Amino acid sequence: MAVKLGVPSKGRLMEQTFDWFAARDVRLTRTGAAREYAAEVEGVAGLELVLLSASEIPRELAAGRVHLGVTGSDLVREELADWSAQVVELALMGFGHADLIVAVPKAWVDVETLDDLDAVASRFRAAHGFRLRIATKYHRLVREYLRAHGVADYQLVDSQGATEGTVKNLTAEAIADITSTGETLRANHLKILADAPVHRSQATVFASRRADWNGKGPVLRAVLTKLDMAVPPELSQML
Amino acid sequence: MTREEALAAELLAEITAIGALPVAADILQPAETLLDLYGEDIRARAYVTDDPRMGEMMLRPDFTVPVVQAHMRDGAEPARYCYAGPIFRKQSGGRAREYLQVGFELFARDDPARADAEVFALFARLLQGRDLRPVTGDIGILKAAVAGLQTSDDRKAALMRHIWRPRRFRALLERMGGHGALAQARAELVAELRRAPAPALIAEAGQMVGLRSEVEIEARIGRLIADADTPPIPQDQVAALEALLALAAPAPQALAQLRAQDWPALAPALDRLDARLKALTEAGIDVARLPFEASYGRTTMEYYDGFVFGFLPARDDLPPVATGGRYDALTAVLGQGRAIPAVGGVIRPAILAQLEGA
Repeated sequence: MAVKLGVPSKGRLMEQTFDWFAARDVRLTRTGAAREYAAEVEGVAGLELVLLSASEIPRELAAGRVHLGVTGSDLVREELADWSAQVVELALMGFGHADLIVAVPKAWVDVETLDDLDAVASRFRAAHGFRLRIATKYHRLVREYLRAHGVADYQLVDSQGATEGTVKNLTAEAIADITSTGETLRANHLKILADAPVHRSQATVFASRRADWNGKGPVLRAVLTKLDMAVPPELSQML
Repeated sequence: MTREEALAAELLAEITAIGALPVAADILQPAETLLDLYGEDIRARAYVTDDPRMGEMMLRPDFTVPVVQAHMRDGAEPARYCYAGPIFRKQSGGRAREYLQVGFELFARDDPARADAEVFALFARLLQGRDLRPVTGDIGILKAAVAGLQTSDDRKAALMRHIWRPRRFRALLERMGGHGALAQARAELVAELRRAPAPALIAEAGQMVGLRSEVEIEARIGRLIADADTPPIPQDQVAALEALLALAAPAPQALAQLRAQDWPALAPALDRLDARLKALTEAGIDVARLPFEASYGRTTMEYYDGFVFGFLPARDDLPPVATGGRYDALTAVLGQGRAIPAVGGVIRPAILAQLEGA
């Protein structure tokens, strides 16, 4: 009757997740050889650790294959349509901060806000014969953001990496990407628009609304006690 | 056969009986055409798929585009077309993603008022006896109001471009009236742009990257400074436009109220509304009680630019049974230089079936 907790399998996000739980008296450790994805939990009986790629955790939560999962709030919003119907946000963890922002060339001295970007997109389309390209891998979040703000005459082009380079490479006019310090943006001659970011992301503990919670009440309560939390109403009815 | 299919067949037979030509359209449509028309937002509404040779394709989100294209290729004038078939739209929650649409489109150069009335009267007849509330509007009046503002052509064009995005439209109108956060941000930007000549500002900002050229940036700086020197749109005009957007009344009263505003720029559009009401009366519609809402049709995906109408169920948990309108500008875009005035509409038989069952 284990409750499965999905945690990023490598890097700083994994280390900080382990530290965060350890500070709450739940000790997560990797076991076995260095490259083996095996792990164990001390502190809560019946809690099972599953190491996964951070980008797969939203999907695993939505499918109900893990009950709890740690991942960036940006990934959940990007990967899951109508995300709040599929998962519950349990705790903001206070690390892994990154903003999803829209950036344009610094040389665009006439552009500071989305209002400007929208006006430029109209002229750009008239001058170049195609819609102004914004490179991103966050298609859902960026499209919803631009629609909510009424920006028109743009297109999203997919960029899974080195997104800041797309403008110089002439495959996009602007970008929408995650940044924490803005250094890579500046190095690539880009600046962030003055509007509120598309999303302010941080590492977050999510609970699945699709997992089988039947009989999992005692373990969940034990975990939440360590986190100093009550069972949220969305889950209590499923236990 | 489901009730939805039976209703679709009946409706199509009735439309065919008035001499409309049945047309077929592929379910797989090239994504590029639809993206260019509707913008990136259509991705959130239509199913996108990929063909190894044809590239990005969309499951038909409506019939209008393929029907206009077919007419532009080999249509005679005037032309009446009808169709019935499934369309596909992404939805949130439990709403239907795939449903039948039965439609009628009329392409005619002469007497637009009569064409509008013919389409509306046909839909009223097809839906007779069902508990539906008709609603009408006219995007042409909104366009005339924008065109008649005492302000620069650039500002009018910006407002015109966002007629179908009410939130953005309102924000622009506020900025152009000299109020609000956008006006403040714009004032700061222009103060910075006045600090030095454009080439110096650009050089100072850093390396040029990307396709948008210095010439384009300098041209916009020129426009921003010219715009800052343009007086704000007078407050009484902003108020008149907002009153117009909020107008909802039986059609003859709406017309009388608009006439009473004594707004010369609206006169031709109001004459068209007047002519349409007369044509509707001739077509047997009781216009005295016909609802008119000036903002109706602003949030639909379709780029209606004149007469718009809908038939709404009394239950507000259901979408409209029928919607339609005039889309002259769309035929110009799809016709690549050629254009034909067009008006049409669609019915969702599944909603009719649902209402019968209730």
